[in-house]
Amino acid sequence: MSTTPGNPTQATAIVTAGSDAARNPTMGTTSLDAEARAQRDPRAQIWRRFRQYKPAVFGLGFIVLLVVLAVFAPLITPYNPEAIETSLRGDAPSEAHWLGNDDIGRDILSRIIYGTRIALVVGLGATTIAVTIGVLVGATAGYFGGKVDFVLSRLIDTLMAFPLLALLLTLSTVFGPSLRNVVIVIGCTVWASYARVVRAEVLSLRERDFILAARAVGTTDRAIIVRHLIPNALGPVIILASLAVGGIIILESALSFLGLGVQRPTASWGTMLSDGRDYLRNYPHIAIAPGIAIALTVLAFNLVGDGLRDALDPRQKT
Amino acid sequence: MGSYITKRLLQGVLVLFLVSLLTFFVMYFMPGDPARNMVGQGRVTEVQLEAIRNKWGLNDPWYTRYWEWISNVVTGDFGTSMSRPGMAISEMIVDAAKMTLRLNALSFVISLAIAVPVGILAAVKRYSIFDYVSMLSSTLGIAIPNYWIGLMGIVIFSVNLGWLPPYGSDSWKGYILPVIVLSIEEMAALARLTRGATIEVLGQDYVTTARAKGLSQRIVVIRHVVRNALLPVITLLGYRMAFILSGTIVIESVFAWPGLGRLFYQSITSQDLQVVQAIVLLLTALVVVMNILTDLTYAVIDPRVRVR
Repeated sequence: MSTTPGNPTQATAIVTAGSDAARNPTMGTTSLDAEARAQRDPRAQIWRRFRQYKPAVFGLGFIVLLVVLAVFAPLITPYNPEAIETSLRGDAPSEAHWLGNDDIGRDILSRIIYGTRIALVVGLGATTIAVTIGVLVGATAGYFGGKVDFVLSRLIDTLMAFPLLALLLTLSTVFGPSLRNVVIVIGCTVWASYARVVRAEVLSLRERDFILAARAVGTTDRAIIVRHLIPNALGPVIILASLAVGGIIILESALSFLGLGVQRPTASWGTMLSDGRDYLRNYPHIAIAPGIAIALTVLAFNLVGDGLRDALDPRQKT
Repeated sequence: MGSYITKRLLQGVLVLFLVSLLTFFVMYFMPGDPARNMVGQGRVTEVQLEAIRNKWGLNDPWYTRYWEWISNVVTGDFGTSMSRPGMAISEMIVDAAKMTLRLNALSFVISLAIAVPVGILAAVKRYSIFDYVSMLSSTLGIAIPNYWIGLMGIVIFSVNLGWLPPYGSDSWKGYILPVIVLSIEEMAALARLTRGATIEVLGQDYVTTARAKGLSQRIVVIRHVVRNALLPVITLLGYRMAFILSGTIVIESVFAWPGLGRLFYQSITSQDLQVVQAIVLLLTALVVVMNILTDLTYAVIDPRVRVR
């Protein structure tokens, strides 16, 4: 095994030890007072460690704000994000339009707020798809071993060898660029790293006594995988997933920037950058706001990911 | 050891075969009619289109087309471009790859020269202001989309100050913005990794021993820490070199850089399938080969790997 820091497989021991403890609440808990019990509760412990890393708390706060903006966008935005006002073409920021207007006079602030919807839907949606596929494939490969493992592992190798953005651009052209397809295409191409982590995890877990016990009492393979192996292998997956959301948001923006992601006139930060690119000389402000929005969002998700890593795997503390 | 190498090589060949099959099928299902794309706006009859399809083998069943394609590819012949008639694809790729390599080689050298010392220093002076500031900048460097930094660079240095050309590769000045933009992301990742690896090495027993026998901090770091900390860094370098294209598609598009990324993007939008196929296959093969080499290197360094 490599000594690369941040290698999720190293996260194993502690995380699984924690969840093992959760499964068998041991002796004498009744005599403990509430506070001590709270300290023993692994979830409370994780939350306590997460809070210790202040930037992660800021990140979480920012993500909550983004969710609120995305959900209540129609109530919050001052203007219709797709309303064209030709007289305001390329207007600089003003009191009425805080971030100014774009090349065809749409209100940039309103478009940025609506853009949070796209970023969150793609970032969280694609990650959910990828984690689901990755966990199932990885657990199957690790649990059954042998030929099943060989075939699935070669599939994982193959997928991981493709240059990601090139593959995404190609698939997006094949299936036709749209919001739905962007989510599906990204989700279906980035799952391999989760599969690899879960497979390694399950390989070591399946030799443990509690799996042996489950098998001894006649639990089916399916139930062992779903109820016993996957929950115990989730720690490193959560760390990996939270650190990946930001990267996916950047990927989506790049796809849209190149015209093969979310399509106009829908407001997405990537397409807004693409609009702004043609007017760098005369209206540079069009390209400024979407870039800052992407950077802050990605930063927030990465900070939360760092915090989760500290909380779930104290050994890797930064 | 011998059996491990054989096993790993066979796996690599299998993965390469799967890659070629997958690449082929993605192109096979590409919507649109390649024959019609070739003639563009020209007025042609269905008979003429059919003739084009026959000439390019577009009517053959998939296995014939796959065999035709792969048997030529193995000999280094990727055919000729559909959108630029007469141009050998292999030549187009070599020309473009040179430009991409120049860009990336420069940014690799710059990032290595800056990020590795910064990462080591940040680890040695952990929790100092230097550590804090350098890690904050690398966190930002990862979060800010690099093509946006490119756009802002154009606004500031080309539009406002007029120092640098906004795009193109005609003079050395054209290199400055794209190289810096590529370096920023690279440096951010490298500095973080170097710092993490150094911190891990600093906690090892042999470092304590070196200190215990009275060596100065300087000597300990230079002689015992740096060498060991560089191993994961070198691994990452190999990995990132293999993924060169993914990083440069957008940047080359922003700066109109005549490299592999732009060739790929243009071929995708003009549906020049053969070129897309060739580029994806070549780059994926590069990754597979790099992975095998990394694994074999590890097997040489760490005997435990061979047994698994």
